[in-house]
Order: sequence, then C-alpha cells, then structure tokens
Amino acid sequence: MNKNDTLSNVLYIDLTKKKSWVNDRRELFEKYLGGTGVATQLLMEECPEGIDPLDPESPIIFAVGPLTAVFPLASKTCAMFKSPHTGDLGESHAGGRSAVAIRMAGYGAIVIKGASEIPVYLSIRDGKVFFKNAETLWGMKDSSIPARVIRQNEKGEGLRAIFRIGQAGENLVTYSSVTTETYRHFGRLGLGAVFGSKKLKGLIVSGKRMIEVNNKKEYRKLYDEIYKAATDSPVMKKYHDIGTAVNIKTLNTLKALPVKNLQMSTSESIEPLTGEEMAKNHLARRVACAHCPVACVHLAYLREPYEDDPYFFKTTPVGYDFELIYSLGTMVGIYDPTQMLKLIDKVEEVGVDAMSMGVILAWITEMVERNKISKADIEGLEIKWGDADAYIQLVDEVTHPKTDFLKACAKGVDFAAAKYGGKEFAMQFGRNEMPGYHTGPACYLGFLLGARHSHLDNAGYSVDQKELLDNTLAPEKVVDKLLDEEAIRQILSSIAVCFFARGIYDLKMVSRGLKLVGFELDDKQLHDIGKQIHLSKYQFKVREGFEFDKLNIPERIYQTEDPTGQITKEFIHNGLKYAQKLIIQ
Amino acid sequence: MNFFKIYWKLISYLVIHFTIEKKTDIMKLSVKDAMRCVGCQSCMFACSRRSGNAGLSNTCIGVRSTGGISRGYTVIVCRSCKNPPCASVCPTGALVPQKNGGVRLKSSKCIGCGLCKEACIIDAVFWNEEQNKPVICVQCGICADYCPYDVLELIKDEKEVSHE
Repeated sequence: MNKNDTLSNVLYIDLTKKKSWVNDRRELFEKYLGGTGVATQLLMEECPEGIDPLDPESPIIFAVGPLTAVFPLASKTCAMFKSPHTGDLGESHAGGRSAVAIRMAGYGAIVIKGASEIPVYLSIRDGKVFFKNAETLWGMKDSSIPARVIRQNEKGEGLRAIFRIGQAGENLVTYSSVTTETYRHFGRLGLGAVFGSKKLKGLIVSGKRMIEVNNKKEYRKLYDEIYKAATDSPVMKKYHDIGTAVNIKTLNTLKALPVKNLQMSTSESIEPLTGEEMAKNHLARRVACAHCPVACVHLAYLREPYEDDPYFFKTTPVGYDFELIYSLGTMVGIYDPTQMLKLIDKVEEVGVDAMSMGVILAWITEMVERNKISKADIEGLEIKWGDADAYIQLVDEVTHPKTDFLKACAKGVDFAAAKYGGKEFAMQFGRNEMPGYHTGPACYLGFLLGARHSHLDNAGYSVDQKELLDNTLAPEKVVDKLLDEEAIRQILSSIAVCFFARGIYDLKMVSRGLKLVGFELDDKQLHDIGKQIHLSKYQFKVREGFEFDKLNIPERIYQTEDPTGQITKEFIHNGLKYAQKLIIQ
Repeated sequence: MNFFKIYWKLISYLVIHFTIEKKTDIMKLSVKDAMRCVGCQSCMFACSRRSGNAGLSNTCIGVRSTGGISRGYTVIVCRSCKNPPCASVCPTGALVPQKNGGVRLKSSKCIGCGLCKEACIIDAVFWNEEQNKPVICVQCGICADYCPYDVLELIKDEKEVSHE
C-alpha cells in the first residue's frame, strides 16, 4: 500500500480506562486488504476464546477498505464481534457515511474494548477520541432522538457518521442493531447488545483528508469507468429504480416468498406490497450512502392522523426494501403498506433487527394459534396475522421483556423454541432468523453453512434460480459453487465495496483499483486471499463452538412448496456433510 | 487610415473581451433543485479529485442534511458574491475579488487565519485541513458533471441565478 496512506492506522479505544491510542498495522492491511479481511484478524487477536459476548473484554471491530473514499460504491464498513445471538462470529456490514467518515478521520479500523461504568458516546475527530457523557440519552424511547442530540452537539456537518443504539441494545436483546445515518444498520447478530453491554450509546466520527494515488491519469480514467457503470449500467438499475423491493413480485410469482411464517410461499394479497406499487403509492425520497451515486435507500412517507384532531398528522419518513417488506409484511401477514410502515417505524424506534423481529413475531403468532403459549406469556396481548397494532405492542414487550417467555424471545427464536417448543416452525438457521428467500435447497445450504456475513443471504438463491429450476445439481456441486462465490465476496467486503456493485467490481477491476493505492495483486492472488479470509472466519466460528452437527433445521422448509421442488432432507444432509469435510479439514 | 486601425482594434477588443467573459468569467454554478439530492457526495469527491488525488480534503462544495437525512439535504456552493465578504475580511489580500463576482485565492499570501471562513454566512468557504488554507470555488462545474440527479448546473450568469 502507498506510503502515506493512513489506512493502516488502527484506533484502539479502551472504554474502561477511557484511553485511546493508534497502532500502525501495515502488515495486516497489506496481507488482508481491510474490511472483513483485517477485521477477522483483529477479532482473532482481541477476542479471548470462549468469552461471553457481553463481557467487557469482548471487542468490537470496525474496518474499512483501501478503496473507501477512492472509488464509488466502496461505502461499506465491516463490523466484527462475537455475536450474543449465535455465540460465534458476528459480522455485519453497513453503509451510510460510516466508511467514508472512518477513512477520512484517518483510520482503517477501530477496535473498542472494555466497558464504561456510565453511559457514554464517543466523538472521534481531529486525531482524538472524546468520551462524552451519555447519561441523559440512555433509556430514550425513540432511538432517533439521541442521534439528533449528538448531531446538535458535535462538529463535522456533512462529513460525519453517527452510530447509535436504541432501547433494544440497552436491554441486551441479542438481535439489537446499531443504526447509522437513520436508515442504515449494522443489523442482525446483536452488535447493539454488545454496545449496550459496554454502556456505549453511540459514536460520531468525521474527517476530511487526501488519499494519494500513484497514477493520477489512470485514477481519473478508472474512476470514470466505474462511475459510468454505476450510473448507466443495467446491472445497477434494479437498485436505483424500484430498489430491492422489485424482488417481492418476482419471488411471489415463483412461490419463493415466505408468507405467514412460511406456511405458504406465495399469496394473492401481496400486490400492494410489491416494489412497483410501493414506488407508485408511497415512495417519497431516495437517499444514498456516501460516495455511492446509486441511491438505493427508498423512503416512504407514513402519514398517520391523530385521533383527537383530524387536522393533525404525524408524518414520518420510513425506509423500506425487500427484506423489510418480507419480514414485517408478508412473513406476519400484513399486506397493507401503511400498516407495514407503522411496524417498520416501531422496529426502527427500538433499534432491533427487522428480519429477526419479523421471524419472531411470526413464530409467536403461530405459537398462539396452536395454543402452545398462554395469553399471560405475552402480557395479555391478542395476536393475530396481519394485526400491525398488536405487533407494535408486542415489539415493545419483546424488547422490554417481563415474562420468561418474552425474555426467551429477546434471545432469538432458536432459544425460545428450545424452551417452549415449536422448533419445526422456528425459522432460523445457525440460530439466525431467516431472510426472505425460499428459493430452493441451495439457498438453505447457504444459510446453514453460515458462509456469508450476518445477512444470511448467499449465492444460493442465484444457484436455485439459474441451475435448479429446471435441472438438478448434486448437493456437493452446490456447496462448491457457494464457497467459490464466497471467496470473491470476502474480497469485496475487504476492500470494502457494497455487494450490490458486484457486477462492476470483478476481481480484475478490483486489481486495477488496488494498484492505484499501492497494492500489486492480480485476480488469482485476490481469489486466494479471499479463500484464506473465509477460512479464518470459519476458524473463529469453530473456535467459538460452531458445529455442523448442532444445526437445527426447521421441518417447515421441507413442507412448503418451493420453485425447485428439490428441498429434501437428503439434499440438505448431503450438502452439509460435504461442506463439513471441506471446511473442518 | 489611423482612424480605421483604431476602430478595428476597438472592435477586436470588444469581441475578444465579450467572448472571454461569456465563456469563462460569467459561468456560475447553480443549485437547480436540492430536493433531488440523495446525499451521495459524488459532487464533493469530484471537486476534490481536481487535485488528481482521492479523498475529500480539497472539496469546495458541501452537502449536509437539513436537520437529519429524513428531511433531505442542503447543497452549499459559492454564490460568487459581487462584493465578497470573504475577501473583505482577508488581512493579507490573499483573496482577490473578481470582476464578475467571486474570488481567487493567492495561496502564497494566505496565512490560514480562517477569517474568510467565518465571514461566509452560508459556509461556502471550505477548508483544507492538511494545508490549513481555504478552498475556493472557481465555478468550474466539475461537480455538476458528476451529479447523477441533476441537482447542480453550470449556467451563464447573465442575470442573477439562484444559488442555495
């Protein structure tokens, strides 16, 4: 890497001692690039084996990449931690301004350890770390308010990223998230709870600096090539027009969309929730992550009348995308967009992962229907499919749990089902609640392998649709394809480019980009580094107790119709056995 | 003969002067519609990239949220004032007002006192932290070239243009 690049600066913050320092970790970045690659190594170094994820010594790592603030769409920050949700690897990626802000502040990675005795937020700017008292912000009902207070009290307008947790994180809900720039999340595996356990309410980071390139002419040329591809090419169209919500209609037609806890894989009622209808009737604004011209973040305006005054409305911009429409719409039988937006807004307010929460709400609904739990377990609430108002109350109850049942639900559906039954329809894989794809066996193998970072998304749905719709493929071949794709994805998340840009950033393009910031690596070498990074992640997972044999697989996936008709126990079993051999060896 | 020569020179001067003014001096950057801004910062990166390097140190256009991202964005560009307050407060004459508005920075004269930054009430004097000097918009319009949503435009300033 280039001599003057500040990427190799790793900022260490000790919340217990309220101290910070910087170490130059050039060797780490030169070997693993940044993002996922570097964060994995830092996690291995900093996380004591077998530690409670909520112990003060359990670290939080944020890492950005060499192309951050250099090329468009390199806008992701990789967070790594030990997950309180699964007990093994916690990896979560978010955009917003986070990556550009960290890189512009002069760091390639931030390591946070220890725990504060009082609530604090961190202000990182001008080469310093300020520990700010956040006592007044702790316990606020709406998690957007602390962000507003931090914004009003701090510098760096237009350049800063503000991370914060909500009450779910404070209450250590194991799937609570960290939100950045209001609409982007380090979601899923419980980073919010790790923040909460350290009494860390949030952080703000900003900066502005130059990154030298070693060939200015070639830099301009390559920049224009990537920028043009990002703005003109059809590969990005899906993301900036209708957004990922375009998949709702596609998957519903294919019979691949989980509806009512995957009791069904399609519904005739979902038309108002399709991306097309959402855009027509509800889309109000689109926003972008820093240094990304695509602007895939779609915001709808939720207009709610006040009951006591017909001329007052609460108007709230609410983000929506495919996963949100699936998890807080179809999965819980809500087909009215306004009702769904209300529920999304609630989930944002408490700061909890939308997919996990949707799956848990769906599972609870089925537990109620089957009389497996009592009304007292859920504080007397009447829960039924599609009732957004009841679900909104239930979100509050789960994130502020008082009954044993709700306390179990705050630890995830796998934990709750182990205690209360209903495992066969507890839709989790490796203790992480499912994303919205019931496309075929490749997808489920991908979930179970835990091959991808926290979203559980993986190349499986593409394999299902391209290879298994009309043909068949041996499970072993499917696993090979999944793992091969993951090697490439590790590179993308190490440099750290948004996965939506995978059509632009093939490994040859990555190699050209890296050359300009001083990395001489060809596509083959990059592929090997990708494999190595992937293996390191598995080493951490296995070290912390991940076992193929312990995976719970809900029976429902075999029962509900899917587009391939090939989701069988045998297929999944053989795929897993093969993967186990490959990975563990 | 002499009269003809003088007449010809005068005509040439006016034509050249008029053309130069039209083509260079009077082009002004304008915020066409901030409501279309998505906050992608492509303009800021383009502006900073004029130096040939990456990052944001050299940008003299700013995009910030209007009280949180949910409320949209404010786009800050230099209005190239006719009587620039930034130049008025410069103690060393480093900021030179231009005939058609705006200023140019004579870097060697600048002592980095930051008074110009304070004087600009729309925060359009940006700061290069590494050099400790202001970054001044020259109305080149590269930011507009890289705006994917037509928020910005470079237009002839025959009359007053709207700037945000």
